[in-house]
Amino acid sequence: MSDLVSYRLNVNGQDRTVADGRLGESLLYVLRERLGLAGAKNACEQGECGSCSVMVDDELVCSCLVLAASAEGRDIRTIESLAPEGELSYVQQAFVDAGAVQCGFCTPGLIVSVHDLLERQPDATDIEVREALSGNLCRCTGYGRILEAVRIAAAERLADGSESRA
Amino acid sequence: MSSPTITRTGSSHRIGESAPRPDGIPKARGEFAFSSDLWAERMLWGATLRSPHPSARILSIDISAALAMPGVATVLTAEDVPGLSSFGLEHADQPVLASDVVRYQGEAIALVAADHPDTARKAVAAIRVEYETMAPLSDPRIALDATPIHPEGNLVRHLVIRHGDLDVEGEVQVEGSYEIGMQDQAFLGPESGMAIPTEDGGVELMISTQWLHVDRDQVAACLDLPVDKVHLTLAGVGGAFGAREDVSMQVHLCMLALRTGRPVKMVYSREESFFGHVHRHPAQLWYRHHADRNGRIVKVECRLLFDGGAYRSSSAAVIANAACFSMGPYLVPNAHVDATVVRTNNPTCGAMRGFGAVQTCFAHEAQMDKLADALGMDRIELRLLNALEPGHELITGQVITGTAPVAEVIRTLAAHPLPPAPDSITDSRLLPGGTGRTTDYSDVKRGIGFAVGFKNLCFSEGFDDFSTARVRVDGGIATVKCACAEVGQGFVTLAQQITTEILGVERVDLAPADTSIGSAGSTSASRQTWMSGGAVHAAATAVRDTLIARVARDEGVDITVLELVDGVVRSLDGTINISIVELTTAEPVEEEIEFHHAPTDELDENGQGNAHVSFAFSAHRAVTDVDPELGLVRLVDIATSQEVGRVLNPLQLTGQLEGGTAQGIGLALMEEIIVDESRVRNPSFTDYLIPTMLDLPDLQIAAIIEEPEPGAPFGAKGVGEAPTISSTPAVVAALRNATGLALTRVPVRPEHIALSADHLDD
Repeated sequence: MSDLVSYRLNVNGQDRTVADGRLGESLLYVLRERLGLAGAKNACEQGECGSCSVMVDDELVCSCLVLAASAEGRDIRTIESLAPEGELSYVQQAFVDAGAVQCGFCTPGLIVSVHDLLERQPDATDIEVREALSGNLCRCTGYGRILEAVRIAAAERLADGSESRA
Repeated sequence: MSSPTITRTGSSHRIGESAPRPDGIPKARGEFAFSSDLWAERMLWGATLRSPHPSARILSIDISAALAMPGVATVLTAEDVPGLSSFGLEHADQPVLASDVVRYQGEAIALVAADHPDTARKAVAAIRVEYETMAPLSDPRIALDATPIHPEGNLVRHLVIRHGDLDVEGEVQVEGSYEIGMQDQAFLGPESGMAIPTEDGGVELMISTQWLHVDRDQVAACLDLPVDKVHLTLAGVGGAFGAREDVSMQVHLCMLALRTGRPVKMVYSREESFFGHVHRHPAQLWYRHHADRNGRIVKVECRLLFDGGAYRSSSAAVIANAACFSMGPYLVPNAHVDATVVRTNNPTCGAMRGFGAVQTCFAHEAQMDKLADALGMDRIELRLLNALEPGHELITGQVITGTAPVAEVIRTLAAHPLPPAPDSITDSRLLPGGTGRTTDYSDVKRGIGFAVGFKNLCFSEGFDDFSTARVRVDGGIATVKCACAEVGQGFVTLAQQITTEILGVERVDLAPADTSIGSAGSTSASRQTWMSGGAVHAAATAVRDTLIARVARDEGVDITVLELVDGVVRSLDGTINISIVELTTAEPVEEEIEFHHAPTDELDENGQGNAHVSFAFSAHRAVTDVDPELGLVRLVDIATSQEVGRVLNPLQLTGQLEGGTAQGIGLALMEEIIVDESRVRNPSFTDYLIPTMLDLPDLQIAAIIEEPEPGAPFGAKGVGEAPTISSTPAVVAALRNATGLALTRVPVRPEHIALSADHLDD
């Protein structure tokens, strides 16, 4: 049977132990099923939909395509890290306000992607936003309110003048 | 700088306001529990063995190797089904687990529960099944002459509509054949759920579904349990669009939980999801339109052939819808519709957003353009000339008694400004084919297309359609209980708005949707705003009436001098002012209502009858850029007008229009389950493409037409489906306009443009 391994992952600034994991488990599976962080979603598990997006060492990745054990020693940030308990990040707030959330299954992955985009390119034009987010599938919204949420978040970020925000 | 803190509960908004979703914040934080997020102590993982063959006899099933694997708790086959061996949405014709034959690729044969999903998958692979494969029945056109693939035969339903004088001929006639490919709902949250055995020998099932009670009844029958021992709770649903109306894993999960005595979780992979739910029916349609020289439609004849796949699902209702709405929203005095849905070894088809009307709208709108061209008439003018109005008779003989502002829908959209055609486009992201500089703008042809569609709201053909809601007010806080499946559409928001509107309370909580209350019916057929919204409306109104009666009794006044305004029961003379908080702190009030819509009739042998409650109308106009040599397409602009009765939540309405339109665009340009000899060739998001953010322009909403619908709560019509119906034909009409090609099949692929010789004027 599968070899069981134990290793440590740094998730959202916390040192977490994965005990008796299987080597083949994806980061998505370990986050969701072993570490209780179900915010990253399992829509396709083949890197096509972006629902499982997380940051690994400041790089946006599909966690379904990352072997969990290979992420040892790296800085993993998930949707759960974006705002303190009971609060919303400015992107999360914009998604709620703009009506960008319907079923919500794509929402966490999109919000992680939008944070990444606006960190890198705070003044992205509409077409740049569309291209940057074309790896995040949404089936409910037709993307109209999502684009609006990005516009709102980007405007607020620029107005605020903050370099880096929660 | 810290992030803003949430203070809003989202429950003090009234009808007509863009109230925020009560589940919006947890969804944005990643905290909302979807059905695939469920977890329990000692839980096992379920997995399903599926047939690799679309048609085969099962000679033997050997589970011994799987059962012997460490970590495997149980392996179940058809022998282990405790009760009824089949299930089905309208009719139980699909085996819970196949035992003798398999009728489609992916049919479930055996189940495993194990300690880890990998163990479960390996155990599934270790089950040995000996098959004798058979040639699949893949072509619906020969289904009725072929050997029956099911004891109930290959005909699912044949429906004929004969209306008016069938011998009349029009001076101008146009004919066409059309084909629609198989579309997938492609919700993002895969089928998933958890079953937990209960101490009374029953089972608790947490599941993503569109209709808890119809699932419960099927599960109970297959488990041979009384319905009160099968309790279903709605788990977070990641989209539905029709694909969750049928049972998928519900019975399987409960069988595994009851056998092992442990919680069992199951999550389909994306590939398995393609095999685990029904799809939109592929269809072959033939039409002949007759008109007089002035453009008045004289008669329409059509033949509709829908491929139902292996099992019935909701095919009988889908074909009725296709037939009833086959003319489009036009006055057709004489019509002959011959509609058939057959059984094949292809994937089972059933409900998807638009439910039969999507397929026929693609055809009737192509025909309307053809007819206008044959008459030398403007395409918009032809539609306006023939547009349905209140008082008109449909081809089913039903007279429209509600609202039908078809002409206004058409006029407002036609009047909406078109985007300017630029002199040049150099950003390849804005060109057909996208990045990579495949197309030069000088090769691009621009086209404009227009389409109108309609369909019914709520269930039809005599079905006693109802929903149940309970409203309790305690200390001024209202709690709404309803089994309506929230699948993303926003019923939870409307339930709060409706309750606030009627009772004026500051806070409305929503109890979990489960089977401890009566059925809410399905989240389908654009019906929940009307039906469950109506039930909440009625229950809240009953609470109001009870409160007023109580005050009248206590104060010794007549109820007619009392009213409930802004959460206060007061007398018209101002002497009585008692808040709902005070009244319900002293004694809470609870009312439960079962709300039915007006009865409908079955269709008779000529397809005549008042079969529908109400109708929704929409129109789309598309602008496309096409590189005809490469067959590449870019949707430049899409605009819509829709009539909605009354807007209850503008933001959610916008979301439905945008999302519904997008799914219709997907069908026009890219979405198809490729079925080859009854085998699915593209069960993945790598190969089954749905529109990305780069594929879709902003939806232009030309007009939202509000004419309150009689009989509907607040006059509001459901808005979920109509946008999906007319967007597909509008996009393809634009492609025809750009290329001069006939383009009679969707989705339109590059080769249909680049390699076609089928010109419209041939």
